[in-house]
Amino acid sequence: MSLVVDSVAKRFDRFPALNGVSFTVPQGAFVALLGPSGSGKTTLLRILGGLEFPDAGSVHFADLNWLGVPARHRRAGFVFQNYALFRHMTVAQNVAFGLKVRPRRERPSGKEIARRVEELLALVQLDGLGKRYPSQLSGGQRQRVALARALAIEPRILLLDEPFGALDAKVRKELRGWLRALHERLGLTTIFVTHDQEEAFAVADLVAIMNKGKIEQYGTPDDVRRSPKSPFVAEFLEDETAKPTHRTAGAHPAH
Amino acid sequence: MRVALSAIAIGYIGLFLVLPLATVFLQASEKGLAFALAVIEEPDALAAIRLTLLTAAIAVPLNAVFGVAASWAITKFDFRGKGFLTTLIDLPFSVSPVVSGLIYVLIFGLQGWFGPELRDHGIRIIFALPGIVLATMFVTFPFVARELIPLMTDQGRQEEEAAATLGASGFQTFFRVTMPNIKWGLLYGVLLCNARAMGEFGAVSVVSGHIRGLTNTMPLHVEVLYNDYQFVGAFAVASLLALLAIVTLTFKSFLEWRYADEIAATHRH
Repeated sequence: MSLVVDSVAKRFDRFPALNGVSFTVPQGAFVALLGPSGSGKTTLLRILGGLEFPDAGSVHFADLNWLGVPARHRRAGFVFQNYALFRHMTVAQNVAFGLKVRPRRERPSGKEIARRVEELLALVQLDGLGKRYPSQLSGGQRQRVALARALAIEPRILLLDEPFGALDAKVRKELRGWLRALHERLGLTTIFVTHDQEEAFAVADLVAIMNKGKIEQYGTPDDVRRSPKSPFVAEFLEDETAKPTHRTAGAHPAH
Repeated sequence: MRVALSAIAIGYIGLFLVLPLATVFLQASEKGLAFALAVIEEPDALAAIRLTLLTAAIAVPLNAVFGVAASWAITKFDFRGKGFLTTLIDLPFSVSPVVSGLIYVLIFGLQGWFGPELRDHGIRIIFALPGIVLATMFVTFPFVARELIPLMTDQGRQEEEAAATLGASGFQTFFRVTMPNIKWGLLYGVLLCNARAMGEFGAVSVVSGHIRGLTNTMPLHVEVLYNDYQFVGAFAVASLLALLAIVTLTFKSFLEWRYADEIAATHRH
């Protein structure tokens, strides 16, 4: 069940977002797509989620032509940068959505759905908040609702776009440790986008460093840190380590 | 300073909005309420009221459906000619209603493109209900779309994308995610569209033919009465028309007040 991305390219109008990206994600791995803004990492993630389609290249998941599967049939749990929670639904309704829209014969009973929602809310430590609306939650709580909603569909793969981007520094640290632990428990193949090097190295098994629509280097955090393969990677790593407090709380206010 | 500005605003609104409206009601009741009611109960007046309500009942739902479809297409998808379509939606706002009416006469009238053929098949569009409905639809087309496009642009596409990744079909996404988010905007659009549909004069005047008791809508009936020097009668029908508009706007305000929390929640949180 590994994910194989081969020579994927994508342009928006004239601007090339991806320039032939190839990499393989082994089953159950936790992979970070790391790079500066505009490096194409979000576009790559959206292609994997079925929200964007490449102009060239192929993606195979478990030997399945992944690009031929529409987003709604991929069962790829996607967590958006700003969570994209359904604002008119309660937390419980948000989490239940993916189960309620299933075709009748695959849909669990109302009781079963309620039970699963309870279970997921407990998993993301939001027990008892099912009746709240997203606007009544903190950023960290919304983030976890989005995660519970994505997990509800029993995803085959989890895709997270800047999962901690809109949170303050303290919550970021807590949440990423928690996410890593969750990953260990569920064993779900997970790919997340970040521009924060420290975050990528702290959580991921494998890091893909992206620049200008290409993967400059792909490997374990140790390998990448020990032997940067290109001047860009070396510089990128240096830059980040040179500024110990590179991000301050509130730089990205919660929406 | 604030007092002065408020005074100017209130004075302006009073002079240009409240005073004329009050005059309409005062003039209507000059010969007593009974007389005003009698004018409204005349067969021609009743026919005009029926025609106006029927026209609105056809034109408004159609425009609501088209308005939602157009807004959905423009805000949730990228395609060639999108900017052009957006401009096109505004066309009825910038074209004089008289011209809008004339367009239909030129297309469907006896001397128009399809005139002879329609006559041969016994179909009447101009000087009949279909023409009036078409002209009304043209003039009131932008109201729903204009209300929804900014709202839907502001809300973005992410919730729809999220729904897709969670396995929802296009239909499910529309009815469970998009529709609940736009229902208030849609309702405003429909109410404004309705107010204008009932009040439209220019475009309808051109295509109606002014056949009393048959193709006269309420605004046209007001004009007929006025030209016949039946001032009180004219003002009585006008009062009724104004009343319909006031009821519509009051209803809108009531909804805004009653569901303020929910309306705030459907905007970006």
